[in-house]
Amino acid sequence: MKTQINVCINGQERTDEVESRLLLIHYLREVVGLKGPHIGCETSICGACTVALNGKTVKSCALLAVQADGQDIVTVEGLATDGQLHPVQEAFWNEHGLQCGFCTPGMLMTTRELIERNPDPTDEEIRHGLEGNLCRCTGYQHIVNAVKSAAAKVGG
Amino acid sequence: METTVTKKTERLIGKPIRRREDPRLITGTATYVEDIELPGMHYAAVVRSPHPAADIKGIDTRAAEQHPGVVAVYTGKDIDHLGAVPCGISLPDLRIPHHHLLAQDRVYYVGHPVAVVVAGDRYIAADAVDLVEVEYEPTDSVSEPEEALEAGAPAVHAEWPDNVAFTHHQEGGDIEKAFAEADVIVKERIVSQRLAPSAMEPRGTVASWNSGDETLTVYSSTQIPHILRTLMAGVLGLPEHKLRVIAPEVGGGFGSKCELYPEEALTAFIAMKIGKPVKWVLTRRDEFLATIHGRGHIDYYELAAKKDGTMLGLRVKIIQDVGSFHMLLTPAMPTLSVLMLPGLYRFKNVHADVVGVFTHRMATDLYRGAGRPEATHGIERMVEVLAAELKMDPVELRIKNFVPPSDFPYDTPMGVSYDSGNYKAILEKAVETVGYSQLRQEQQEARRQGRLMGIGIATYGEICAFGPSPALPTGGWESATVKIEPSGQVTVMTGVSPHGQGSQTTFSQIAADELGVDIDDIVVTHGDTSTVQHGVGTFGSRNTAVGGTALVLAIRELKEKIETYGAMLLESDDVTYGAGVCTCNKTGKTVTLGEIAMTSWTGPTYPANTQPGLVATNYWEPPNFAFPFGAHIVVSEVDPDTGEVAISRYLAVDDCGKVINPLLVDGQVHGGVAQGLGQALYEQVVYDDTGQLVTGEYMDYALPKAAMVPTIETDRTETPSPVNPLGVKGVGEAGTIAASPAVVNSVVDALSHLGVRHIDMPLTPEKIWKLVQQGGSA
Repeated sequence: MKTQINVCINGQERTDEVESRLLLIHYLREVVGLKGPHIGCETSICGACTVALNGKTVKSCALLAVQADGQDIVTVEGLATDGQLHPVQEAFWNEHGLQCGFCTPGMLMTTRELIERNPDPTDEEIRHGLEGNLCRCTGYQHIVNAVKSAAAKVGG
Repeated sequence: METTVTKKTERLIGKPIRRREDPRLITGTATYVEDIELPGMHYAAVVRSPHPAADIKGIDTRAAEQHPGVVAVYTGKDIDHLGAVPCGISLPDLRIPHHHLLAQDRVYYVGHPVAVVVAGDRYIAADAVDLVEVEYEPTDSVSEPEEALEAGAPAVHAEWPDNVAFTHHQEGGDIEKAFAEADVIVKERIVSQRLAPSAMEPRGTVASWNSGDETLTVYSSTQIPHILRTLMAGVLGLPEHKLRVIAPEVGGGFGSKCELYPEEALTAFIAMKIGKPVKWVLTRRDEFLATIHGRGHIDYYELAAKKDGTMLGLRVKIIQDVGSFHMLLTPAMPTLSVLMLPGLYRFKNVHADVVGVFTHRMATDLYRGAGRPEATHGIERMVEVLAAELKMDPVELRIKNFVPPSDFPYDTPMGVSYDSGNYKAILEKAVETVGYSQLRQEQQEARRQGRLMGIGIATYGEICAFGPSPALPTGGWESATVKIEPSGQVTVMTGVSPHGQGSQTTFSQIAADELGVDIDDIVVTHGDTSTVQHGVGTFGSRNTAVGGTALVLAIRELKEKIETYGAMLLESDDVTYGAGVCTCNKTGKTVTLGEIAMTSWTGPTYPANTQPGLVATNYWEPPNFAFPFGAHIVVSEVDPDTGEVAISRYLAVDDCGKVINPLLVDGQVHGGVAQGLGQALYEQVVYDDTGQLVTGEYMDYALPKAAMVPTIETDRTETPSPVNPLGVKGVGEAGTIAASPAVVNSVVDALSHLGVRHIDMPLTPEKIWKLVQQGGSA
């Protein structure tokens, strides 16, 4: 049985008929065609699927598409505006905050909210703020640098 | 036509250029295997064994086949005509069980593929997995390698009841004499536990069959697209030139994607069977079950030394947990460990015995460092044990035994030749940077206060830049093609297959400097067997040292041709090419690379005895490995009430030869250290005594999170490698190799006054707390 959902994704309204068991991550990737959010574990640990739901970061592998009905979603594809990278994207690029890039869309989305909540985070606050996002490549250090740099830019 | 190549005089090698890969990765527009969509895509899902050892009495696929949306179900009998999962290693007494793509009449580990279900929808495929009824008759299993070696242990493979998969012996010098002359002999059993490589992108494959021209296109998350193509053609019985393998964006590998996995070949087989494209991607649970694990060593060390600390000889027995089947390079892991046993030390007497053991577990194989972390962990722990025994400072003991700078190239008793190095200098630099003597004083003060502070040192030498071809079943060369397009842009096709290393950036830096063109006029492509000439791939810290050298040599060949064309256009026989222009040395007249390129492709005339076009290909075979080295120092404190370890400082001083991009080198060190530290403190693949995998999700397997990894200070010395013209060595695995002994040495040091000499990894709070409570006696 399918259910109709109305959502706003990266600023665009859309309506879809979805199976009630369809995960939000599969809806985004396969119905909407947004391949930015990734599936790394399907148990809400790794955070590669992180998106913003009404401005708050959520793991889209731990939500059903129907739970997003009537809500506003931003994925990594929605971060840049008018061809301008978001300061968080720019910071990850400048600070070498990524290697294989698979965790990156989730890291960027979490960072966006982290520096919004805490415009001047300490290293420790950053590391705890990122505990819902796993990275196997970077050892996190350049990610921490990137978050600090993005915070300075947004705050400054 | 307007040409785009600009003059450039700034050198890029050595500069922290931000990565050219990143724009697609930070905008969510990169294409990983799971992102590939093809019309009519079907989805495969694998039925796996819940038993470590069982006979298959029957498989009933009817319910699954009748499930709406299911297209096909395949079991072992459907694929028994296909080739086996390959093992590429040969050893004199290597036993290789036939490793079918799907289990035939028995299963050998939890997660063993038994059947595969295909549907037009991924959810339906997953549903149908549960509808395949397999009747198992479980038999006794054996999970621990030392138990598997005991008489009467269940045989993993009936034809080899001793469970011995292979043995290997290597020695150098005179071990009996060394031990006879020793004043002191220290012994330890040292375990390097099984680890999950855990690339963030799970393995996956998309296969598409074109029945018209009978060609197969396979997209796979692999580090070795060309080798995968050869192997897969063999398994499927398909002519290799009908098979195209593409490694698209690959989300990490760490060695675990240097294989032909059963599921990769099955996906291709199904695509050919049903005539539709097929996608198969592992869940994380299946990734833990059925992607190779790393390490899995139990090692017995004996180190002989004189009273003054002179190390004389090392005797080691290595027990390698193979799992139930070999994967591509499994038997090479412990034999590579053997080559690294002496570490940076100059003693000449080494004796090594290896036994590979079949167990009812997933196979072990390459994981970052691949045999080298185990050996380094062993020797760097033993040096500490010896220092404690002799009551010598571990820095002093190391320096006393290091190979001196004057001895390079240095032939080790294990038959390899270290290329260049200054081990004393790098350890002294680390000691000075960290403030070692001050830390020792702080430690004394801490102990007076009842605090458990430790200082851990690890030095390492690494065999990397794989490598001369005799060392690899794949060939150890690498290739590059450099083409100057008619409009002047530069296309580089490399045979390496980077998946996070940033080689598109470093290779662009190298090409920009060699050709003297703007970096934005260079594109580096890789990973597609139909566009890249041929290649070996990315593993063993080889990209820059081997692939980068092929690139340099291809460009140097091309430059001669550029000058030939330049001479024609300038009507001079005395021209020089540099910085994007060819200059007549007599008149000073110039012609740009773009003008030369256009002429080379479109004519109308060409120089005598010169082919049209500016394109050159080089296949470079390295004459030796390269040998990076370094010294890492860790300061830690153990909480006596909880057993938790807090790392207050982590200093990594590495020498990876000439540095192309310091930003990327730091990134490799950080990531490597986090993995070695993960092994030291957190990670362990656990099978229980019934052979069940306990650590089957990230909820159970402690992959380090950001707050679990300390800030890592990096520094370097730079000793060029004489092995290649770039002078580079490699840095992909160094951090992982150094970190586990550095961390463990610091924690053992924190507890040394309680009599603790060794603790096996991971150093869980429970393990440490018990030691503290028992006053150090394990």
